Amino acid sequence: MTKIDTRRPETVLPTPSHTVGPFYGHALPFPGGGDIAPVGHPDTITLQGHVYDGAGNPLPDAFLELWGPGPDGELPKADGSMRRDPASGGFLGRNGVEFTGWGRVQTDASGHWTARTLRPGARGRNAPYLSVCVFARGLLVHLFTRIYLPGDDAALAADPLLTRLDEARRGTLIATEDGNGTYRFDIRLQGEGETVFLEFQ
Amino acid sequence: MTLTQQDIDQEIAAEHAAYEKRIADGGPVEHHPRRDYAPYRSSVLRHPKQPPIGIDVSKDPELVELSSPAFGERDITEIDSDLTRQHTGEPIGERITVSGRLLDRDGRPIRGQLVEIWQANSAGRYAHQREQHDAPLDPNFTGVGRTLTDDEGRYHFTTIQPGPYPWRQHLNAWRPAHIHFSVFGTAFTQRLVTQMYFPSDPLFPYDPIIQSVTDDAARQRLIATYDHSLSVPEFSMGYHWDIVLDGPQATWMEEGR
Repeated sequence: MTKIDTRRPETVLPTPSHTVGPFYGHALPFPGGGDIAPVGHPDTITLQGHVYDGAGNPLPDAFLELWGPGPDGELPKADGSMRRDPASGGFLGRNGVEFTGWGRVQTDASGHWTARTLRPGARGRNAPYLSVCVFARGLLVHLFTRIYLPGDDAALAADPLLTRLDEARRGTLIATEDGNGTYRFDIRLQGEGETVFLEFQ
Repeated sequence: MTLTQQDIDQEIAAEHAAYEKRIADGGPVEHHPRRDYAPYRSSVLRHPKQPPIGIDVSKDPELVELSSPAFGERDITEIDSDLTRQHTGEPIGERITVSGRLLDRDGRPIRGQLVEIWQANSAGRYAHQREQHDAPLDPNFTGVGRTLTDDEGRYHFTTIQPGPYPWRQHLNAWRPAHIHFSVFGTAFTQRLVTQMYFPSDPLFPYDPIIQSVTDDAARQRLIATYDHSLSVPEFSMGYHWDIVLDGPQATWMEEGR
């Protein structure tokens, strides 16, 4: 039965996760999904990377969702990430002014993804980071990870998550600076250099 | 050597028996699939081998993951929730209405959040270029919908009954008819992508994807219930499917919900 009786808490049990499968491509990605930064914003950063499987092969059928605060550390409340055109039913793209903090980017045929967003600010004791949710064909439950940016060694050294990780694994969560505000963050689902994934409890 | 349905059946049975043993030994109920479920071959190289790092959200109200992106009326158009009206002509197939509530683990409605769906057409064909099944495309059906939940957490779609389809993982592999769902909660930790199935599908025992949910009761929660009150006279068959999001949320944000 899938009618949940909310007066009986013992019946309120989680709906299981399933893979996105191979055919989300005409449904979930949208134009401008990775153009999260408002146009011309001085705190814009560019992120890019590949997603790899356990054999080291890139995934052409994965997508990421990025979610993070603005440079002031505040979490956005604006909607409008996938604005639509009521006339054509198509996509208008973001309005280029408001910051929604959220984006969705799929890997291309070479397993490569890119996004432009704002440099996140710190919240509480945490070093600044973006939350990342990874989806792919073959992945039965999505995976959470984080992108930390290099530069502020003191903040990274004090971060409550990073301090719990050994040096080799810690590095999988810190992007590499390529210059010009561009950072590289590869995701390895399995094997050597496997990315640290998170489980919230 | 060709991988047969019988090979997969044996692997499914072994995984199910292993889960029953874990439960008998006092293990926890597993509401979700394990990511390393080999009967679904695509999972083999795509699951982490290291255990995930646990984060106790009650220790830190500032976690980014305790909030969720927002969606609004700008992100939806009126016909997004009616997949039978998105083209100039009528799609072919049995019209259905699918409705239910989006709830959190405490049974509270999740209001104003995004629900996205995608599916095959009535012949079991996706409007996707990588689809290899040679069943006919329907020029009047794309199979994509979106809506926002209402104040009771309710969503509602009008669409076409999807067909089952073959998928080549093994010889004579067929997916039971399903609709893919992608939903957001009030915290990013609650994010869920899943699939809704239809009652009494004879393909359930053969499909390693639905069987990846090894807990029998949890698997039942993926199957919609026929609901005559959701059937529209002279128009459509009705199905009810409630979705309960897992994942912790901020307990100090009670007010205003």
